[in-house]
Parts: sequence; C-alpha cells; structure tokens
Amino acid sequence: MAEKLKLEVSDEIAIKIQGMNKWFGSFHVLRDIDLTVNRGERIVVCGPSGSGKSTLIRCINALEDHQSGQIIVDGTELTSDIKNIDRIRSEVGMCFQHFNLFPHLSILENCTLAPIWVRKIPKKEAEETAMHFLEKVKIPEQADKYPGQLSGGQQQRVAIARSLCMRPRIMLFDEPTSALDPEMIKEVLDTMIELAEDGMTMICVTHEMGFARQVANRVIFMDDGQIVEQNEPEQFFNNPQSDRTKLFLSQILGH
Amino acid sequence: MSEDNSFVRKEMISERIPPAAERGLVKWVRENLFSSAFNTIMTFISLWVIYSIIVSVTPWFLNGVWDAKTVRECYDLLDGKSGACFAVLKERFPQLIYGFKYPSSEYWRPNLATVLLLIALAPILFRRLPRQLLIFSAVYPFLAFWLIWGGSILTSVSAFLGCALAIICYRRFSSGSFAIAVLVSLIAANVWWIIGGYIVDLNKSLLALEVVPSRDMGGFMLNLLLGTIAVCLSIPLGIALALGRQSGMPIIKWICVVFIEFIRGVPLITLLFVANVILAFFFPPDTSLDLILRVLIMMTFFNAAYIAEVVRGGLAALSKGQYEAADSIGLDYTQSMRFIILPQALKISIPGIVNVSVGMLKDTTLVSIISMFDLVGMIRGPILSSTDWNGVYWELFGAAAAIFFVVCFSVSKYSQWLERQLETDKR
Repeated sequence: MAEKLKLEVSDEIAIKIQGMNKWFGSFHVLRDIDLTVNRGERIVVCGPSGSGKSTLIRCINALEDHQSGQIIVDGTELTSDIKNIDRIRSEVGMCFQHFNLFPHLSILENCTLAPIWVRKIPKKEAEETAMHFLEKVKIPEQADKYPGQLSGGQQQRVAIARSLCMRPRIMLFDEPTSALDPEMIKEVLDTMIELAEDGMTMICVTHEMGFARQVANRVIFMDDGQIVEQNEPEQFFNNPQSDRTKLFLSQILGH
Repeated sequence: MSEDNSFVRKEMISERIPPAAERGLVKWVRENLFSSAFNTIMTFISLWVIYSIIVSVTPWFLNGVWDAKTVRECYDLLDGKSGACFAVLKERFPQLIYGFKYPSSEYWRPNLATVLLLIALAPILFRRLPRQLLIFSAVYPFLAFWLIWGGSILTSVSAFLGCALAIICYRRFSSGSFAIAVLVSLIAANVWWIIGGYIVDLNKSLLALEVVPSRDMGGFMLNLLLGTIAVCLSIPLGIALALGRQSGMPIIKWICVVFIEFIRGVPLITLLFVANVILAFFFPPDTSLDLILRVLIMMTFFNAAYIAEVVRGGLAALSKGQYEAADSIGLDYTQSMRFIILPQALKISIPGIVNVSVGMLKDTTLVSIISMFDLVGMIRGPILSSTDWNGVYWELFGAAAAIFFVVCFSVSKYSQWLERQLETDKR
C-alpha cells in the first residue's frame, strides 16, 4: 500500500447540499442528504448497489433533477434554469463507468469539442490544451485514433482528459474502474491519484478501497438513499460505528 | 507414470501452401456449387434455367429493330422473326425524357440543369471535395428554377436574396432567443419578397428565357425533378419531425406525432388526389398554386413522415450515455444534437433513409394517375395510345425500368460506400 497522501483542504466551500430529496416516480432514492464539500477535498462514496450513490453525484451536475432541498455548486444554485445548469456543467467534470466517449470523433476531437464550442477557445489553443492533458494521462500518441481502437483503460483515461480540457474545478467519478479488466484498473487509478495531487476537488463513487485509503480525506457510506456514516478513511475502515457499515466492510474486505 | 512425456522442438515448422483442392477457384467451386448431392442437382438446374432464359431472350435483343417509323414497319422488317421494336425508343426519345410539350428548342435547359445538379450534389455527397463548392450548391436551386421554368432571372435572384436575408437575420439574432431569431428572419424574408415582387415586375425581360409552364413538364425529367426536390426537402423535415417527436415540450411533440401518424396512415396516391383536386379549394380562386408545387408538398410530407420514423430508430439506438456525456461536458441542446447525437443517429439511419428515398423516387411515377405525363404517364398515354406504336409494351416499360434501375442502383451503391466511409467505431 502506497503512502497516504497529505494534501491541503481549503475552507472555501465547493459544493453544499442541504436537505436534498429525490424520487424516481414514487421510489424515494435520496433521503434528506446533507453534504458540504470544501475545495481540495477528495471524497469517496461507497455502499451497496441501489443505495443511491451514483444518483447523488449525478444530481450534482444535474444529469438527474432533485425534487426538494438545495444543491449549491461553486456558489450557483441548481434550479431548473437552463443557464445555471449549463454553467455548472462546464465547471464540473464527470467520468462514467462506461467511458461514453464519442465513437465517431477522434480522441483529439473528443477532447477539443467542448472547449471550442462551449468555452469558445480557438481551435489551435484547444488542441494544445488537449495534447497537454493527453500527455498527463500518458496517451498523447493515440490522439488521432478513434475510441474503438483503444483499450478500456485507455478509453477511461481519455474520458478523464476530455473532462479536464474544460478546466473544471470539481471532478465527479461514477465507478470509473468497474467496467475494466484488473490490469487496467491501476492505470486509471494512477491518473486519478495524480489528479488528487494537483489539488482537484473530487467525488468518487468507487469500490476501490485501496484508493480510498490512499487518496480520500473522507469516506461516505450510503445505504437506502441516505448517508449512514462518514469519516476519515483511517477511522472508517478500522473503527466503523454503524452495524450496517461493519457488515458492508466485512463483505467487501472479507476475502 | 513412467512414460516420458517431455518434448522439445528442435526446428520450427515453416509455412506451406495448402493442397491444390483447398485453394483458389477449385475450392470455391467445390464449396459453393458441389458441396453435396442436393447442391449439385440444384447447380445443374440453375445452370439450365439461366441457359434457357439467355437462349430465348438473346435473339429478341439481337434482332431488335432500331430504325422504323411505326410498329407495322417494325414487324415488316422483322419478317416473322422474334425481335424487339426498339425503334419506338429512338423515335419517341425526346418525349420519354422531356414530355411532349416542352419546347424542343429549349431541351438544353433541363440538360444543363441536370449536369449542374451533379456538380451541386458533389460537395454534399463527398466530404473530401473543397467546401467552397457548397456555395454553388446553395445557389443551385434558384438557378435550376430559372433554367427549367424560364422567365426573368430577377425572380430567382429575388428569391435567393430573400433566403440569404433570412439566414443573415437568423445569425444576427441567434445569440438571443431561438424563437425570436426565427420570427425576425421569417418577417425579413417575407418583407423582402413583397418588395422583390414589385422589382421583378419592373423588368420582365432581363436575361429572360422562354417561360415553360408546369403543365408542360413531363417525361423522366418530371420524375427526376419531383424525386430530387421531394427527397432533398424531406430529409431535413424528417429529422426535425423525429427530434420534435422526442421533444420534452408536449405541444411540439403532439403536433409531430399526429403529423407523422396521419401521413403514414394514408396511401400516397390518396395524398396525390388531394393535391390534385382538393387542395385547390383551400386557396383563394386567383392564387392558383402550381400543380407540381402541390404534388411536391404532398410527396415531401409523405417522405418526411417515413424518414422521421427511420431517424427516430437511429436516435433510439444510441446509448443514453452519449446524451449524458454530451450534457456533462456542457454542450447545449443544439450543440449536442449537431455534434454528438445526429451524426451517430443519421449514420445508423442511412440504410433506412436511402430505402425510403429510393422508394419515393420510384413512387414519383404515381403522378401518371393524376394525369401528369411523367415517364410512365408518357408511355401509357401519348405513346401507347398513338396508332403508330400501339402494343409495344415490353420495349417501353423495359426501358423505363432500366432508366429507374440505373438511378436507384447508383443511389444504393453510394449509400453503401458512405456507410463504409463513416465506419469509425469498429476496430
């Protein structure tokens, strides 16, 4: 196990969620969520499937709408106002379980599309930025290929680079390694660790507990649409308080 | 186990060619024609059928008479032998292509328009060609109208300037609300067209070509005219309908659903009768809307409804992740449709769109039923009913089939080529 990262967390608030509730039809997915994330925090969200952890982070960039409560991202409240939503989405990057690269565009085009059309950055400059981030995720030589020609791990790293090209202040990860072969998980996690070292505010839904111990400054455990326990990783793993957390940890760390 | 199982290869085996019976033509024939007793029998039966067809048809072609004035002269020349009377194609060629009323001194105009059509379509069909050619594609519809219908060039110029003005206004206002931009550009274009109407009336002889009214259009030219315009207009309309059907706004969605389901539920021939007879009742008596225009509106609507459903299939085939990824990097609705969703959905829809459009091209022959003299109308009407060429069915309809086949087969070959070009998501 690598050294625990020691990183600064500022007092500035990046995301503030207050009394947030969400229903899918009559199904109550998220119940009274309260969560404050400071700039520079690395938060890992874990929990059994169906506990609402993906839905929670999808609410933060309005891929899902919430029915009550408040979500304030970077000082902007998420309402149904499309202008606010577009502003928040360009400040918040997101990585998906299945990468969701655009298969009809080359890697470079995947990375430059949003900067050119949303940020209105000149094409040449956008391409330089894209190459910078592709180098950061260690695949600059794939820039002219298409997503279908890359391995899963490489695709996920491109997806991270694509988000970074928008220069987001917050990154959301929705089970970024769940669809990958064991060999490729490491290359993606290494990229995420580097990102954390650069001081990015991150919320990761993941089952990689090693990553949580090494990178996270807070681990959140969710079950049945509510936050059951949150703590520093050391405390969370070695001294869980709730019975539900103990059961969950024994299930995933048991073998 | 005492037996020694270990083995070490001393020399690697180099590649060798397969046995003679397992390669080239021999292998293909064995596998495809004589792989079993049943297949061998089927092969011989097929060969016999092909042989008999060729034997019976070849003399008909080879004995064909190309020079005769009437069908009787044809039979005299054939002197009892079996043979085709291709002379009718030669003698009535202009009628088959241009109809029987288009002034023969003006045939160069539709010819030129067809050649220019190919040039105008080229940059749209082939992405590698220089993009500047698209300017010509934009001008072409107005140029073609002037060439085919004739009259003063001012009419076309005025119509073109109106459209250009609408686009400029849209660009100017599109940073604000979409609805306002559309409204302003519509008003600007209409105001221009009203003013333009007076200007055109001032000088009717500027670069004027002989006016050919719509009822004088005919032959294959009419099929090509109707087919090309209907297909070109119905693709954007169909895409808009498909997107409208997916819209979150209930009224827009509702209008699109009703339109698509109504048009799809009615036979094209009914719509054409409506265009021919009933549509005229809806307009004031003195604004006689051109028959070709009425037929075009119906054909465009009909094809657009089908294309909308094909495109909807393409949209549904995309994973939800593509929509979410486009949203998550901050693209707005127009951008995500334009750059992410439609390029992929349309690629999936190409076979369907081409299928529907080739069908449309062939269905233009239905106008012969509402007494327009297209290729089939010409054959059924003026040519077959003339005493000179009474009863020459095979040659005429065969020629019509051949003409349509060449056009439709090229379209389908192009679409297959385009699909291969766009194949980037496969390894």
